Amino acid sequence: MADAHTAARDAIRNGHHEGGVNGASANGAGSGDDPRPGSGGSGLAGLAARAISGLAGAVSSRIPAADLDERDPDFIRERLPGLWLLSSLYFRGEVRGLGNIPEEGPVLMVGNHSGGNLTPDTHVFTLAFCAYFGVERRFYQLAHNLVLSMPGLGMLRKFGTVAASPENMRKALDSGAALLVYPGGDYEVHRPIWERNRVDFDGRKGFIRQALRHDVPIVPVVSIGGQETSVFLSRGEWLAKALALDKTLRLKVLPISLALPWGLNVGDMMGHIPLPAKITVEVLPPIHLREEFGEEPSVDEIYDHVLRLMQDTLDALAAERRYPVIG
Amino acid sequence: MRVAAQIDIAAPPEAVWEFVVDPERYLHFMHGITRWEVCGDTPSGLGARYRMLMRVGSAEVGGMVEVTEYAEPRDMAWTSVTGVDQRGRWRLRERGTGHAPRTHVEFRLSYGVAGAGLLGWLSERLSAPQVSANLRRTLQQLKRTVEHEQLRRAAAERRSARASA
Repeated sequence: MADAHTAARDAIRNGHHEGGVNGASANGAGSGDDPRPGSGGSGLAGLAARAISGLAGAVSSRIPAADLDERDPDFIRERLPGLWLLSSLYFRGEVRGLGNIPEEGPVLMVGNHSGGNLTPDTHVFTLAFCAYFGVERRFYQLAHNLVLSMPGLGMLRKFGTVAASPENMRKALDSGAALLVYPGGDYEVHRPIWERNRVDFDGRKGFIRQALRHDVPIVPVVSIGGQETSVFLSRGEWLAKALALDKTLRLKVLPISLALPWGLNVGDMMGHIPLPAKITVEVLPPIHLREEFGEEPSVDEIYDHVLRLMQDTLDALAAERRYPVIG
Repeated sequence: MRVAAQIDIAAPPEAVWEFVVDPERYLHFMHGITRWEVCGDTPSGLGARYRMLMRVGSAEVGGMVEVTEYAEPRDMAWTSVTGVDQRGRWRLRERGTGHAPRTHVEFRLSYGVAGAGLLGWLSERLSAPQVSANLRRTLQQLKRTVEHEQLRRAAAERRSARASA
């Protein structure tokens, strides 16, 4: 049976560092002590720990090797009509300000993440980006390891989705691509519905350090509506911790929601049918970090600035909405 | 999917032609078009390339197009180089003569995504009403603009004739 060591080895092979894009521990995988669940315990607890450890190994072994060349423009072009139907008819998508994204060169697009594991705002934005700039423009998205290892989601790699890691980020930006990241990741995407209009990166600042390192502009991408596609009740952080998912699968959360067709939906591993909430996305002007914050900018200052800009925009978008789901 | 719209404009073909070959005027009369930019050194004529986008549903759809037919003042056609597959054509035909020149203008657009299968077929059909409406409004706007320009020119000629008399 694969164990956590295998998982770690596989993660390194795939270019994944513990802590992901967001530095030391941003994605929930601490870089400190690793009390491997399979290493001890007895009875039911031990059995559960071994099962989780095995699952972690299985997941890690499924994470594809990071290869930017897997992105396939022809494949994306052929999927655009399907995305258009989903975005236009089901989510009544509206994307504003795409002209704010620099026409060429590497750029780091930073979004707030909503909608649980299905992330409808990403679908709406991907369609808009690929239609606006053409599928020929290199465009990558960073995703959680678990997303890429899910059965049936291999096609995401053809869309340019790669596992979230500083190494993959470096590769994408060095190639001159536009890169979309969601610093809030699994923490933000499963926030309760009463926090739906809140940008919450959980203090993750790795994306700023990466933007400074590669000297690329940050373009904030703010979306609303995704968190109304289900009734998200809790991130279930306590549950994830109790099951040691934070150590084995880099999952800080095990979300609990009311969703179709399951009713009570724990984990959202089987997906769900999203409510047809109206999704609106607004792209803000690029932030050239060194031009605006000096040669040696403070990461904290930039973080506060980006977060404030995004929250102000989200507040404005929320003020436009009259009713949940309907928009 | 192929959509088309047509209209009669009270102006000679040369007057209409001035508008349909000038990329700087496209944003003024092309309904739904959010971008029509010259790519390269040739602003118009055979081989001219433009980056164009039209808002359809939730996306701005288009790509780079190249003029493949340029028969002054009758036909201008383009085809896509990148982006969604498309072919477009302006077809101008003289209808009236003498003191009441008229031009029959037809605007055709074929579009789709090769290899997109059933969803491609469905999206083409569902988007057709909006694209078709864009074409119709474009022609109405073109008619209004060209005829207004004709009236303005005629008034200017009358003024200069009075001044010289």
